[in-house]
Amino acid sequence: MGVATVTSTTGEAGANTVKGAGGPAQLEVRGVTKAFPGCLANDDISFRIEPGEIHALLGENGAGKSTLVKIIYGVLQADEGELIWEGKPVTIASPHDAREMGIGLVFQHFSLFETMTVLENIALAMNDVRDMDALRKQVLEVEKTYGLPLDPDRHVYTLSVGERQRIEIVRCLLQNPKLLILDEPTSVLTPQEVEKLFETLRRLADEGCAILYISHKLHEVKALCQKATVLRGGKVVGGCDPREETAKSMAEMMIGQKLTAPDRGKSREFGDVRLAVSNLSLESDEQFGTDLKGINLEVRGGEIMGVAGVAGNGQNELFRALAGETEQQAAPDSIKIDGKSVAHFGPRRRRRLGATFVPEERNGHGAVPDMSLSENGFLTAFRRMALSARGLIREVPTKSFADNIIKTFDVRTTGSGAEAGSLSGGNLQKFIVGREILQDPGVLVISQPTWGVDAGAASAIHQALLDLAAKGTAVLVISQDLDEIYAICDSVVVMAEGKMSKPRPMADVSIEEIGLLMGGLHDLEGNATPANNTQVEGGRVGQA
Amino acid sequence: MEWIVPFILTVITASTPLLLAASGELITEKSGVLNLGVEGMMLVGAIAGFAVTASSGSASLGILAAVAAGTLMSLIFAFLTLTLMANQVATGLALTIFGVGFSALVGSGFVGFAIDPLPALSIPGISAIPIIGPILFGQDFLVYLSIAAVIGIAWFLSKSRAGLILKAVGDSHHSAHAIGYSVIKIRYLATMFGGAMAGLGGAYLSLSYTPMWAENMTAGRGWIALALVVFATWRPGRLVAGAYMFGLISVMQLHAQGAGIHVPSQFMSMLPYLATVIVLVIISSDRAKIRLNAPACIGQAFRAAQ
Repeated sequence: MGVATVTSTTGEAGANTVKGAGGPAQLEVRGVTKAFPGCLANDDISFRIEPGEIHALLGENGAGKSTLVKIIYGVLQADEGELIWEGKPVTIASPHDAREMGIGLVFQHFSLFETMTVLENIALAMNDVRDMDALRKQVLEVEKTYGLPLDPDRHVYTLSVGERQRIEIVRCLLQNPKLLILDEPTSVLTPQEVEKLFETLRRLADEGCAILYISHKLHEVKALCQKATVLRGGKVVGGCDPREETAKSMAEMMIGQKLTAPDRGKSREFGDVRLAVSNLSLESDEQFGTDLKGINLEVRGGEIMGVAGVAGNGQNELFRALAGETEQQAAPDSIKIDGKSVAHFGPRRRRRLGATFVPEERNGHGAVPDMSLSENGFLTAFRRMALSARGLIREVPTKSFADNIIKTFDVRTTGSGAEAGSLSGGNLQKFIVGREILQDPGVLVISQPTWGVDAGAASAIHQALLDLAAKGTAVLVISQDLDEIYAICDSVVVMAEGKMSKPRPMADVSIEEIGLLMGGLHDLEGNATPANNTQVEGGRVGQA
Repeated sequence: MEWIVPFILTVITASTPLLLAASGELITEKSGVLNLGVEGMMLVGAIAGFAVTASSGSASLGILAAVAAGTLMSLIFAFLTLTLMANQVATGLALTIFGVGFSALVGSGFVGFAIDPLPALSIPGISAIPIIGPILFGQDFLVYLSIAAVIGIAWFLSKSRAGLILKAVGDSHHSAHAIGYSVIKIRYLATMFGGAMAGLGGAYLSLSYTPMWAENMTAGRGWIALALVVFATWRPGRLVAGAYMFGLISVMQLHAQGAGIHVPSQFMSMLPYLATVIVLVIISSDRAKIRLNAPACIGQAFRAAQ
């Protein structure tokens, strides 16, 4: 106690300067090493985070960020090295210990329980047992203070990805953390929501909370963080002040080589309409899904059209309707591929007409995790690539098709016999995108092409999509990442509450306009329906 | 109308072993473990309870022995499936086959023995009230225990934090692990509880229902208990309804034969399973309901990721 009093009296003079100058770091990582069979995930990692500092941890997939986070959160134990917490060496034996000390973690792969309510999910991650009613009050309070609307009694499986992430954030904020770790937190938010999250984080930092921020979105890191540590291959390869770097220079530090911006080529000529959706209305097959309301769009050959929008506004339903995964009640001609009415077709018949699809979820939807890459390649390509004959799998072409994807798209794996589930997210995504692109489709519908994918892989995927469009394919990109839409798309539509805005050429539309459209402010030309995002959420909660 | 009280009494006795075993399996399954060895654990519980009661003369010791035997059986299962990560379905089937043979081996010396049935815990005065008295206040200890256990489990699952954690482990073991719960430890405990309750169910058969030992005396009740858990969509309240309904069907089957109604007995024995299949079809048509109550990770081995 005596020590604390001394610090607070002497600290008065420098209260507003950056905290911790000279004082103990909130957390210091010293020489942390962790080996797994066959790979050294963390190799002698050292860095420090001061109280009130927003510190970025940068690195490609597989650079060792997740392992390091797990060590700090007590999920894993380091083989060597130590963690110094507020000046004292500590052992963090479990997440429970970590939370006890004041470490909060917003997981990249959400650690939620689908069949439980929001409130139960929050209760499960609290160390101290609290009365549920008291907890509910606290939750609502935190939601209000930080502007994170959530109905505590809804079941998680009915929530969108964005809403799910809010649970994780609220869960951490309730514990009054001294160090908050966020793993890829903004991939599911609108620009306005990102700004709001940043306000929250800056406010927490001002209150003295240290923040370890992991993201691939380097301009966000630049806007938010005061310091960055860059990991590559399990080692610290450098540190920098993101405010003084460019997104490009940081990306190059991460991947250790020069980065080339996607080459959009010359201004492209667009051909005939290859994918047409007219007046498509569809009730969602999910209990709390979003119904599609009168969707119209046309994508021409050679055009890349982006579908922007906050998660849960009908994008999943749109994807499933286009891919033929939903049973179609709509009129057959509400979806046309190359002029043919296909709305009553299943996925296989649509693929036969030259359409291919890449869903958002890699494991379990885009690929079968327990099957090998060549088997996964076979599953969608067997017809177009003639991988089967007389009902049997043609082993040699199947394997060489997979090998071709691996080679062309630089998929890092042990070979085409590797299980899909053993690949990192970015590598599996490259494989799945490659599988569809190499089938030389006339129409490609792709959902969240680079979600959770590192900069190197993302730019490879972007380039592949641009090259594909240059060959005359109509590409529809459903994405929540506006940078991505700006980087590759020729035109953009925005989805909100199951409705779609009119297509606009990319060059004519500002990021603020898109943000407003995302919030449900349709038809800027006239009859505006004023509804900001918070109210939209509230309306849906009310129905449930 | 004199037949009604004895009729209800036989329904209760027919339902109690089902309820005991099924409520244990409910907890096991809620944690994400599918133990198909209920029949085997019941049989081993039955012979352990009978043998100890017959040799020591104490029914209390017998019940304890049945609990211990059921728990030990489930520990074998837990070690194989949770620690060594053997396939749960195959291991559960093996456990039943093992239980059938092992109980017959141990029980061969006890065939033909007779013991006193478990005494009814009557309350003087109240138990003498016509109709209600013998039904509500004239049962033995295990009948009351079976009801108390279900009420306790219902409370545990819906109100307690430990119950929430148990459900969490069954819903997503990876999430539970990430937050810091010990998935394996919780599953061990849940599996052991299931074993203990199956042992009790077995003991009820050999100590109260028919106070004797006969080879394979559970006669498929373990399987009905398993079906009941699904039938009840993992809800304790419906478990009671289901157990008593199945008890009623099995008693009616005997009465129908006694009354000379010529329904083949095999048809009647088939009914509980048929009912389960029908209910499964009905509840499966509503995906949301299944999702809300069925443990999503059931039957999956858990290996902590790196």
